[in-house]
Amino acid sequence: MRPEQQGIEVAVLVSVGRHPITGRARRADQDARGLELALGLERQLPGSRVGLLHAGPRSEENESALRGYLGMGLDTLTLLEQAEGSDAIPALAEHLAAAPPQLVITGARAERGEGSGLLPYALAERLGWPLVNGLAAVEKVENGVATLLQALPRGQRRRLKVRLPAIVSVDAAAPAARQSAFGPARRAELAATPVPAEPDRELAEWQLAPARKRPKRLKIVKAASARDRFKAAAAKAEGGSGQVLEGVSAEQGAEAILKLLNEEGVLR
Amino acid sequence: MLETLLPILIFAALGLAVIGAWRRVRLWRQGRPSAVPLLKGLAALPRRYLVDLHHVVERDKVMSNTHVATAGGFVAAAVLMILVHGFGLAQGVLGWLLLAASATMFVGSLFVARRRRNPPARLSKGPWMRLPKSLMAFSLSVFAITLPAVGILPADFGHWLLALALAAVVVWGLGEMVFGMTWGGPMKHAFAGALHLAFHRRAERFGEGNRSTGLKALNLDDEAAPLGVEKPADFTWNQLLGFDACVQCGRCEAMCPAFAAGQPLNPKKLIQDMVVGLAGGSDANYAGSPYPGKPVGEHHGTPHGPIVAREGKALVDAETLWSCTTCRACVEECPMMIEHVDAIVDMRRHLTLERGQTPNKGAEVLDNLIATDNPGGFDPGSRLHWAADLNLPLMADVKQAEVLLWLGDGAFDMRNQRTLRALVKVLRAAEVEFAVLGTEERDSGDVARRLGDEATFQSLAKRNITTLAKYRFQRIVTCDPHSFHVLGNEYGELGGQYEVRHHSTFIAELYDAGRLAFAPWKGGSVTYHDPCYLGRYNGEYEAPRNVLKALGIEVKEMERSGFRSRCCGGGGGAPITDIPGERRIPDMRMNDVKESGAELVAVGCPQCTAMLEGVVDATAEVRDIAELVADALVARPAVEAVDASRRNAGKTAEEVI
Ligand code: SF4
Ligand code: SF4
Repeated sequence: MRPEQQGIEVAVLVSVGRHPITGRARRADQDARGLELALGLERQLPGSRVGLLHAGPRSEENESALRGYLGMGLDTLTLLEQAEGSDAIPALAEHLAAAPPQLVITGARAERGEGSGLLPYALAERLGWPLVNGLAAVEKVENGVATLLQALPRGQRRRLKVRLPAIVSVDAAAPAARQSAFGPARRAELAATPVPAEPDRELAEWQLAPARKRPKRLKIVKAASARDRFKAAAAKAEGGSGQVLEGVSAEQGAEAILKLLNEEGVLR
Repeated sequence: MLETLLPILIFAALGLAVIGAWRRVRLWRQGRPSAVPLLKGLAALPRRYLVDLHHVVERDKVMSNTHVATAGGFVAAAVLMILVHGFGLAQGVLGWLLLAASATMFVGSLFVARRRRNPPARLSKGPWMRLPKSLMAFSLSVFAITLPAVGILPADFGHWLLALALAAVVVWGLGEMVFGMTWGGPMKHAFAGALHLAFHRRAERFGEGNRSTGLKALNLDDEAAPLGVEKPADFTWNQLLGFDACVQCGRCEAMCPAFAAGQPLNPKKLIQDMVVGLAGGSDANYAGSPYPGKPVGEHHGTPHGPIVAREGKALVDAETLWSCTTCRACVEECPMMIEHVDAIVDMRRHLTLERGQTPNKGAEVLDNLIATDNPGGFDPGSRLHWAADLNLPLMADVKQAEVLLWLGDGAFDMRNQRTLRALVKVLRAAEVEFAVLGTEERDSGDVARRLGDEATFQSLAKRNITTLAKYRFQRIVTCDPHSFHVLGNEYGELGGQYEVRHHSTFIAELYDAGRLAFAPWKGGSVTYHDPCYLGRYNGEYEAPRNVLKALGIEVKEMERSGFRSRCCGGGGGAPITDIPGERRIPDMRMNDVKESGAELVAVGCPQCTAMLEGVVDATAEVRDIAELVADALVARPAVEAVDASRRNAGKTAEEVI
């Protein structure tokens, strides 16, 4: 006998994305994948309900980006309206705590603003819920326990059982988002509720500068033949010179890190 | 006995026909409103029928004469029959005229019968196979019953059995020709076709040399208006009327590149499916070629049901709609002036705008167009990188120029960059004062629109129009027929009126004005491939050939060239939606090139270049006209007459490539 699968309440946290080349506002890729996952869950577990949640200022640019999510087939999005530069975490936490869904899905990292990837962790901490990152699929939900598939590097997967409510974050390993359609996006409703704005004091103290591309370590390949060169290019990166420090004190650890940074020329 | 029976039969058939007509009109009226001048349309009907329609029918001489005899004979015979036998006005010349008319019709029907003996695959069978017999039944019986009326035979000629048999044949003839005309037999095409011509949605396409090929804009400001066509009733009423006019001649099918490639599209079947949809029912009675790979009888629809099912099957499958390259070969060939491409794009609009179901790379391309203004997702700031060494004058600097050179998205494509460089060399050699928009240029919106994303098209178009409005120029020149078509024929409705020239037209003009001189052609034999968006969409068949002639090239025409040119497979977003078939359209086209025996195929479109060059083991080289011209450039003999500074401008041009 198959155990009863019940529909669950899912909240997807979405942000205003930024196109990597032109910087135009758009639906953020990871958040859209999160919504795709939720919509898949809705099919898989009949009776499930998917809600969209965004905290931030309302502007024409933001609105059209947020409508990108609605175009994937939802009727409403709850907008916790805040002034620019406010901290989204307290507002989101409060909203989620007031009417807790069983599952909160969010992208791993925002495409604009801090983009630190800390939001899921901060929310989990505030709500006291478990967090699973790098989610690839929700396999089933039974009696308040979800069986999840977590994506690990190189295509590996790990099966986890998590008691709900929980927060999960998705990255590029989650299924690609469906196309956003103009009609549904235009018709859907943005249900805005103003929330008290807590200015993000830490952020205000930061200095923001456009990101630079992280330097990539050059792979120096000494190969005689094209075959060797191809093998070297196709080989997976090996951490040959790495070093595992175990049972060392904090000072020793810090020293080892400092030494490495000096060797690599990161610190001069 | 017949004298009493005939008026009864005739008026009964006419009465039933009127009821049938009323029912048919109600079916069409399920469609959305479309404002057409009714009286003006009816007044224009004879001309549209006799001139425009016959212009198309005439391409098949035998069929054209057959139709003139049969249809002309029938119309005359029907009118005269009502007068002679309905009202008993047999005296004098009327009866004789009726004899002549029915005899003409009979001769026509013999030709119809001959053609039906071994009908080509494109013709529908089924009820259409009985049509020649019905035509004969009508013409012969009318002829026979008129003989006594004019006094050739005595009124009481023959036995009453003969009279009864004759009456039965009259009933058959009247049934097919009068009753069947409005109740849905093969003769429906005459009734619906006449009204379709009168109330055509593109009245501007009629008349010598006129064409109307731009897609019509969706009103996006009206939030209540449906975005495209979901169900048959979402078409305008005159579109539905147009579908109903189809004679199932299959000329469209014979020309359709997607059908030939074995992709699941047949324009004739598509139109017939729309007829099934508007009346409600299944396609089981369709008696023509199916969509390749899709058996007949599995699809069904209703006027208010979806055309493409969200799950399972409805009237047509989405891949049928996405197979079309929008090449317009079907529209060009259709004797009933049906607009297949409009209908296909209407249905695509629904799939994209309402359902978000643009197949394969469609969604990615549309996202790129929204985020980067070009389908490839390239950095818009790199649009002019190919010309880093050319020092192209920018509109932003010069503000005005004689010619605005529109680059198109080919600017991001390494192959097309060679064409663009060649074109710049030619323009400089002719000392044309031109400028480019550079990074201010965006995709014209062609692909977005044909993928059904009217919203993105209009957004791109409006921004381009705003940009163009900042500058002064006399004309736009482009080497991309798609941009040419969209800028010239589709921006107008959104407020952008421009004079646009394809580069081949412009080069031909420059040559005629003596501003270019060419070295004689030394290469091998050459054929020319007409791009759909230059030829059928814009009627430009001559200029490219004139340019080739000026180069000293004698074009070896392919069997399908000019208005019958076969598509390269690159239009309408078809390479993006990429619906599988049994063959590839560009392979078939390169095979046409091979059969012409040419070693080089001249083209005038970046899409065609890409598609044809992508063919493996091709027997011919693919070169854009601009490249051929640039290669052949020599100094003009009159160069001494030009002042020194202009000559310098000419010199730099030689270093361009
Ligand atoms: S759509 Fe036109 S060309 Fe095609 S079968 Fe019908 S009448 Fe003939
Ligand atoms: S436009 Fe071309 S591809 Fe599309 S249905 Fe007509 S003939 Fe076929």
